[in-house]
Amino acid sequence: MAQRQHLGLTLNGEPAEVSFAPYKTLLEVLREDLGLTGTKHGCELGECGACAVLVDGEPQLSCLVLALECGGKTIETVEGMGEGAALHPLQEAFADLGAAQCGYCTPGILLTAKALLEKEGNPSRERIKEAISGNLCRCTGYQQIFEAIEEAARRMRDESPR
Amino acid sequence: MKVLGKPRRRVDGRAKVTGQTRFADDIVLPRMLHMRLLRSPHPHALIQEIDVEKAKAYPGVHLVLTGKDFPVTFGILPVSQDEYPLAPEHVRYVGDPVAAVIAKDEQTASEALDLIKVAYSPLKTISSPEEALQNPEPRIHAYSELGNIHRLQAFEFGDAEESLRKSDHVFEDLFFYEGNTHLPIEQHAAVAAVDGEGKLTLWSSTQVPHYVHRALARVLQLPAAHIRVIACPNGGGFGGKTDICNHEMVAAKAAVLLGRPVKICLNREEVFYLHRGRHPVLMKFRTGVTKEGKLTGMHLQTLVDGGGYGGYGTASTFYTGALQTVTYHLPRYKFEAARVFTNKPACGPKRGHGTPQPRFGQEVQLDKIAERLKLDPAELRLQNLIKANSLTANWLKVGSIGLEECIRQVVERSDWKRRFRKMGTGKGLGLACGAYLCGAGLPIYWNKLPQSAVQLLVDRSGQVTAFCGATEIGQGSDDVLAAIVAEVLGIDPFDIRCVTGDTGITPIDLGSYSSRVTVMMGNAAIDASNKVRKLIAEAAAEQLEVVPDKLVFANGKVSFESKVLSFAEAVTLAEEKFGTLGALGSYKPPRGPGRYKGAGVGPSPAYSYTACVVEAEVDPATGWITVPKIWIAHDIGRTINPVLARGQVEGSVYMGLSEALMEEQVFRRLPPKLSGALVHKIPSLLEYKSLTSLDMPEVDTVLVEDPDPNCPFGAKEVGQGPLLPVMPAVANAIYDAVGVRIDELPITPDKVLRALEKKKKGESPRVGPEHFPVVPYPEPVIVAPPWEGGDGNASKGFERPRSHRAESISTFQK
Repeated sequence: MAQRQHLGLTLNGEPAEVSFAPYKTLLEVLREDLGLTGTKHGCELGECGACAVLVDGEPQLSCLVLALECGGKTIETVEGMGEGAALHPLQEAFADLGAAQCGYCTPGILLTAKALLEKEGNPSRERIKEAISGNLCRCTGYQQIFEAIEEAARRMRDESPR
Repeated sequence: MKVLGKPRRRVDGRAKVTGQTRFADDIVLPRMLHMRLLRSPHPHALIQEIDVEKAKAYPGVHLVLTGKDFPVTFGILPVSQDEYPLAPEHVRYVGDPVAAVIAKDEQTASEALDLIKVAYSPLKTISSPEEALQNPEPRIHAYSELGNIHRLQAFEFGDAEESLRKSDHVFEDLFFYEGNTHLPIEQHAAVAAVDGEGKLTLWSSTQVPHYVHRALARVLQLPAAHIRVIACPNGGGFGGKTDICNHEMVAAKAAVLLGRPVKICLNREEVFYLHRGRHPVLMKFRTGVTKEGKLTGMHLQTLVDGGGYGGYGTASTFYTGALQTVTYHLPRYKFEAARVFTNKPACGPKRGHGTPQPRFGQEVQLDKIAERLKLDPAELRLQNLIKANSLTANWLKVGSIGLEECIRQVVERSDWKRRFRKMGTGKGLGLACGAYLCGAGLPIYWNKLPQSAVQLLVDRSGQVTAFCGATEIGQGSDDVLAAIVAEVLGIDPFDIRCVTGDTGITPIDLGSYSSRVTVMMGNAAIDASNKVRKLIAEAAAEQLEVVPDKLVFANGKVSFESKVLSFAEAVTLAEEKFGTLGALGSYKPPRGPGRYKGAGVGPSPAYSYTACVVEAEVDPATGWITVPKIWIAHDIGRTINPVLARGQVEGSVYMGLSEALMEEQVFRRLPPKLSGALVHKIPSLLEYKSLTSLDMPEVDTVLVEDPDPNCPFGAKEVGQGPLLPVMPAVANAIYDAVGVRIDELPITPDKVLRALEKKKKGESPRVGPEHFPVVPYPEPVIVAPPWEGGDGNASKGFERPRSHRAESISTFQK
């Protein structure tokens, strides 16, 4: 077997180092080598969106990204969304409004939505639908997810300096 | 109500949005090994030889297991103990596990699988119910009732044929509902480990830890007291995790043999093979009506494609006819069903378990009847509704029924009366109803024991811990538990700690299936809470010098007018008086009134009801179907948490619409040069089409509250019932839009186009099954309905001219 690889990256705002088998995907390295099991998997083929994380601020399916490609990059997972003990407004809204039922697709959708709201403070329902169209949810029927993203956007606009 | 009915964050909500909910595959233990399964590439074959020597010798491999290591069978139902953890000699579908490798990591285990040599001797493949009927040999299972027919059932509640004969009209229709699968986003995973005392623990993504516990004791031949099964929160279940799985048995055995933790997580392709999803069902309905539209009787025949194993199939087959009677009054009813074995992954319970298929047929047929009799489909249903607190022809006891209000709600909100049949070409509305169990009345193995229990531990700090075997599959069972205990004790649900789904430390609950948890766990929770409350009230009353019954438990206080104790103070007083505070509560459903053999499937403490209107747009050029809006009203009895209840309704609408328009678990034969095997056509999330966020219509949800006396605070189920009317409402809306009947699911654009072409040519504008094969149904069990002097027992037959069959109006014959 090939030598374990070693690399450094910025993980949830902190410098991190990790060594891993070179064939591993970012998903596997996050879950298995860095112990961040908040990132989920539903297919490992890029079909379900459960494993979405932010790589340099962009949503990426971590099952399709080789960890080797992530040296020096900034990775954000669900574990890094809140500030200290305080939840991100998206997390608050998802919990309050029923957007997480089983909670399995939730981390991927939260991060995808976060990337959207960072670009657009007031996205339309259509934009939200489009943004999360790669994230499959079997529980909710999506309505409460749309509403939670809209509610989070509202809360974030109210809080942001004018 | 202080807690119930108020919109609220679920008690486990924070964990779910922070990634802290620990699913089975998130468990990592020291020295843990990884397991992979080798699966059969043949749909039907005998195993001649398995050579595992090379795999055993592969570096990093710790253990290789085959069928020889598992002499004992298992199965979820006592009547179908037909599965081996690893097939010893006979494989029955592509994907049937035959060997397991346990290695230092998944990669090594996968590599070693390739080194196992299995010599198969292929058998003739049975690919469809028709083939199963035509080919009694080779037998897929030796224990089936007749050739490859797994089970045959027939019941007649009153002389249905006579009723049809005397009806003004008899409508005869064929429907087909294709199989589909649960597709939970979480792939099944399990971790087994032997603890310091030498006892086995299995963590699994299962909806039924109690049944898995029993199966493990049987298969591994271990004392049940040395086994603990922990159901991790499921990443979606929908029935897909209610069966006992091969990988659970094999991982447990490996952990016992190796003395080290063993994990397996299925990949997505394997989840498609595990399946246990919606049975494909062919149905024939013959329904009698008066010219005014009163239903007079029904004769329903179903032919159920079971796949390779029994699983829940015997129950599923009963359910393809058991609940036809609980919505509309059917004076007489005949039901015949057959389930066949085929060489495909076994089918089982998916949301609605066996009832969505006949509900689809029944509700589409009602639409046809209304059309023919020139009646409004909503009015036709309203005039046939059964009464609250009544018995049905097949001896089911119905309690509260809020269906009338549900129908009125969706009719009004969709502006039905103004728009139905008046929207112009390409646009239409369709209406349908449904009903579902609030928990199966009987457990799956015969016993008279409680089916759910709740234990409360009340600490002097005021902390309350609620223990229950119920399994959190995303539906919110922990939240229901906390809410009900909180309501009775007058505290905040967030002050309650829920410990659930653990056969080692929680009292019995049979599992998250048949929509049983709210009713059964809820009643047990009330029982336990009332016992604790009584003790607290007695002690508090003494202190406050009032009568215990006058005390109010609310907002964390126990009080009478200005006399107030905090809940913790009251608990402390009770602990001084009575010793450590705790209580056990339990629940067993009332016995159903039916006494005939077969009466065990269908009874429930209560039934939920739903009505739905779907708006559809159909492009006549392409057949493309768009659904802009769905109105749905569900009789939930009483709402515990409206946020979660709405989520269950809308999740059901989503899943039902997805089944109506695209989901199908289908198979194809490989070309002869590639073995000719029958393989899953689309075992991937990309190719198995399901609705995305872009396809999801607006949903208008109404919760109707018609409390049922058998239910906790009147609360009925909401997890499965709302799915049932969606599929037929879609079909009926498509008819309203373009005048074609698609009598089979899913309704895809090609079928719509085909029907439109037939319409253009002046042929019957219908696509659907055109033939129902001859099935050797047995002589029916004859039971007189309650209104014909019956007592719920089977009776001797009645005299009648058997050859005299009612004339019918059929739409499927050419």
